[in-house]
Amino acid sequence: MNRTDANIGENILERMRADLKRALDKPVEDRRWAMAIDLEKCVGCNACTVSCIAENALPPGVVYRPVTEEVVGEYPHARLRWLPRPCMQCEEPPCVNVCPVSATWRRPDGIVVIDYDACIGCRYCIVSCPYQARTFDFGEEHTDLSAHPGQPYEIHRPAFENGVERQRIPHSDKSPVGNARKCTYCVNRLEAGMLPSCTNTCIGGATYFGDLSDSHALIAELAGSPRVMHLKEELGTSPRTFYLS
Amino acid sequence: MKKPVLALAWLVLAAIGVVGVYQRLTTGHELAAYGSYIPWGLWVASYIYFIGLSAGAFLLSAVVYIGQVKLLKPLGPLALFTALCTLIMALVSIWFDLGHMFRAWEVMLRPNFRSMMAWMVWLYTAYFGLLTVETVLAMVEPTRPWVKLSGPRGAIARALTRIPVPTAQVWVRRLALIGVPLAIAFHGGVGALFGTVGAQPFWHSSLVPILFLTGALVSGAALLLAIYWLVWPKRDEQFKATTRLLSQILLGLLCFDIILEWAEFSIPLWNSNSQEVAVFAAITTGPYWWNFWIVHLLLGTLIPLGLLLTQRKRPAALALAGALIALTFLSVRLNIVIPPLTFPQIQGLQEAYVSPHLQFNYLPSSFEWMIVAFVVALGSAVFAIGTAVLPLLPSTDPGDGDVAKEARHV
Repeated sequence: MNRTDANIGENILERMRADLKRALDKPVEDRRWAMAIDLEKCVGCNACTVSCIAENALPPGVVYRPVTEEVVGEYPHARLRWLPRPCMQCEEPPCVNVCPVSATWRRPDGIVVIDYDACIGCRYCIVSCPYQARTFDFGEEHTDLSAHPGQPYEIHRPAFENGVERQRIPHSDKSPVGNARKCTYCVNRLEAGMLPSCTNTCIGGATYFGDLSDSHALIAELAGSPRVMHLKEELGTSPRTFYLS
Repeated sequence: MKKPVLALAWLVLAAIGVVGVYQRLTTGHELAAYGSYIPWGLWVASYIYFIGLSAGAFLLSAVVYIGQVKLLKPLGPLALFTALCTLIMALVSIWFDLGHMFRAWEVMLRPNFRSMMAWMVWLYTAYFGLLTVETVLAMVEPTRPWVKLSGPRGAIARALTRIPVPTAQVWVRRLALIGVPLAIAFHGGVGALFGTVGAQPFWHSSLVPILFLTGALVSGAALLLAIYWLVWPKRDEQFKATTRLLSQILLGLLCFDIILEWAEFSIPLWNSNSQEVAVFAAITTGPYWWNFWIVHLLLGTLIPLGLLLTQRKRPAALALAGALIALTFLSVRLNIVIPPLTFPQIQGLQEAYVSPHLQFNYLPSSFEWMIVAFVVALGSAVFAIGTAVLPLLPSTDPGDGDVAKEARHV
């Protein structure tokens, strides 16, 4: 399948939402969530990065979906290429094996999650991830609340990562401060029937999401494309996030 | 050095350390210079440094108790206690490094034995237990003459009278025997913790656990030689002979370590495109080149090598060689931990999202050094108390000096 086939005559967001709804009707162990990112369509706007930060109320230094920028070729034929990098949700995740307290694991649907209340903050998972998809929460805040008391939206802003409502307290020792953190494909949104935040906000329609085990799903069609590329395939991590190059 | 000067230096170190601990407890990791791309820094390097010193000192004590080397026999309790002090320093270093310090016990309650870190924690907990029991048993015989003394020495001696001397001697030897594979396993495990990380080609080598073991032996032997010269009260012929024997052991270990280090660095150099070559280039020509060339190679290898080879009859020079190796070994540990992490796993990540904790360069902050100051102050205090109240040195034998006078008086 080439890039345009997925677009002709259909709203891909609507199709992915219908795919998601079908997947949610199945037991969790029968779902195989995956994400595809079409590098030809990514325009490097960073909307996905920003929406991810907003969705998960991420503090400074914690980022789940940075977008790298690379100059390809030389003037006058130089052009930019972007690569959004969410968690790869590996089928053989190195981060899971190294956790000394089993605080991180792969769910039956393939999403790698972290129990913030069990994580001891050793950061072994961070050094072991070949994609640097985990970051550490140092407890910082975007706003200097010592200068002014802060607005309610700044200081009482819960996040719903892993389906758990949690109020983060900056500059404290309360989780998720002091924990490794990562993208979960917005599992809380998925279970509420919504696409991941980055997929929803991608202005170029470059991010696809769905259930690989559903042969009618758009993601399953894209997985058969000759353009499919996995990052660092040689490491044997079998990422569920793949790219169309 | 005079005692008041040492005491003043210790007070300064302890005061700096206490401020660091206060900052750590009130601000967490916010003041640390490491981040999410270089997640391990000075405290992890200090941990593997101190734990290496401990494993090395313990393995040398095992030579004393298992091998029954007559010349080294008086050194047994001192080696064991040095191993205990440095182990405490290592554990405190890594404890401060945890994001959630008070969840450390979770590794005992819900271990994941697919993780080398879980193995390491379980093994060094076992080692801690064994080392403590062995140290206590090693004190049984030498404390017997103190039974009638007043003060802490007498109290310790009386508490130990419940253990018969022959039983203690037999069990010290048995524990030393059990301890050898345990020390090899736990420190090899620390090496394997790095060696099993497939994402870091510089660490991902079967040689790494072996390098950790030889590094432990070299640094542990060097520390013991320096401490022996520093604290041993009798400067007789036996002292000179013991210093010489320790220096010869150290020389052999140092040569073996150099060969292994050469193997570790030179083999990847044949593949000019590998990330290992880039890491090696960063170590040797990067912003901290001096850490390799001056601190490690010159001060920690070549000068000690020269001293060990040419100054065999001068205990002070041999001890200086030991002190140089032991102190500069931190640079070896820093060069293992930090340089591989300064390379982005995905090109462009360094500019993709900017934050002070998302950097690919690292220089430990003053806050991190303050915690290390606390660890050193703590370890040296435990060591000083140990030498004061335990029979680690011959001067504490009641056959001579003030202790004998006190014993006669009692």
